[in-house]
Amino acid sequence: MSSSTTEYGYNSKVEGEVIVTKADAVINWVRSNSVWPMPMGLACCAIELMGSGGSRFDISRFGMEVMRFSPRQSDCMIVAGTVTYKMAEVVRRIYDQMAEPKWVVAMGACASSGGMFRSYATLQGVDRILPVDVYISGCPPKPEALLDGMMLLQEKIRREPATKTLLRPRPSRIVDTKVVA
Amino acid sequence: MSATDTVSSLQSTLLARFSYLTPRSGSADHPAVNVPAENLVSFATALRDELGFDMLTDIAGADWDQESPRFAAVYHFVRTAKCEYLRVVCAAPDDVAPSIPSLVALYPSANWFEREAHDMFGIDFAGHPDLRRILMWDSYPWHPLRKEFPLAGKETDIPSDDQIEGARTKVRPAPLAGGPFVATPGKTMHDGEPHGKDQSWNETQPKPTR
Ligand code: SF4
Repeated sequence: MSSSTTEYGYNSKVEGEVIVTKADAVINWVRSNSVWPMPMGLACCAIELMGSGGSRFDISRFGMEVMRFSPRQSDCMIVAGTVTYKMAEVVRRIYDQMAEPKWVVAMGACASSGGMFRSYATLQGVDRILPVDVYISGCPPKPEALLDGMMLLQEKIRREPATKTLLRPRPSRIVDTKVVA
Repeated sequence: MSATDTVSSLQSTLLARFSYLTPRSGSADHPAVNVPAENLVSFATALRDELGFDMLTDIAGADWDQESPRFAAVYHFVRTAKCEYLRVVCAAPDDVAPSIPSLVALYPSANWFEREAHDMFGIDFAGHPDLRRILMWDSYPWHPLRKEFPLAGKETDIPSDDQIEGARTKVRPAPLAGGPFVATPGKTMHDGEPHGKDQSWNETQPKPTR
């Protein structure tokens, strides 16, 4: 029975179910806690990447355990290993096939700088062909280092202007060859 | 009978039987002979069909730089019944366009070995059914294990059928900073660790511009 004394004021019951925040924060919270890595395992570093997925290091504690072997389903390429020039094109093509937004982690000395393979056959750092977000040092990096790097990536994702770039392409992530020359 | 006796006995048997063979000195482990390129196929046929060398485990290319003949292929045959190895070296007669007959028809394992030696040294294995590069990409213009090829590499386009936007990089020479890295016994552990002998480019000295 409605009465003339219906309260239209502040309903404290609703308050418990509403969170006021910024869209950026929500989107980035979602993105950073469900990173789906593309394991681009090219050499020995990939073994440590596998170790990180095992029960001892358990990458799923941080919300990035869903390794996808299809670029269409992943948003973070972990380049784990030596990138040869012959493979460079393939790596770049797989990156191009990943859906935006996407990130790249260069795991280990080889992916970061060519490592010990200063030779005619090895790409001297995957940043020559991909925009790398996080570099992880080590040969190979321990799983702890990988986890640390991935958490750095999460922090980076949380700082991104997600709303601004939601409907627009993200700022150019094309590698400027002049810089790496 | 000691191991050395077996080595020399197999070698002398072969030398006595095949007049075109010459002994190869300095081989400490297995008997080794030189065979001229024109006799390679008939020699390998005899090895396989008459002497029981039923396995070809490796073919390595070799570049002797200033010497002539400059290029050679080194074969390792195994007689599995006796677990005996035989090393056969076949030099390419031509130093500029080296060519050696292919053994793929006799030993299928020769297929990829010959492709590798072709890729790295530019040796043409005449009669190979599919002599493509195996390690480097098809359009790569050089043979990287030749002596005149710099370890750092040479500037080249990277392979790409449809060059991808945003990945326009090239093969760039990558000189070894501080190398070669060799361990030398020292008083302390730190001294003995591998150090770069060439310090012309390191953390404190900038990379020379080229
Ligand atoms: S950085 Fe070291 S462990 Fe990793 S791929 Fe290179 S050589 Fe292997």
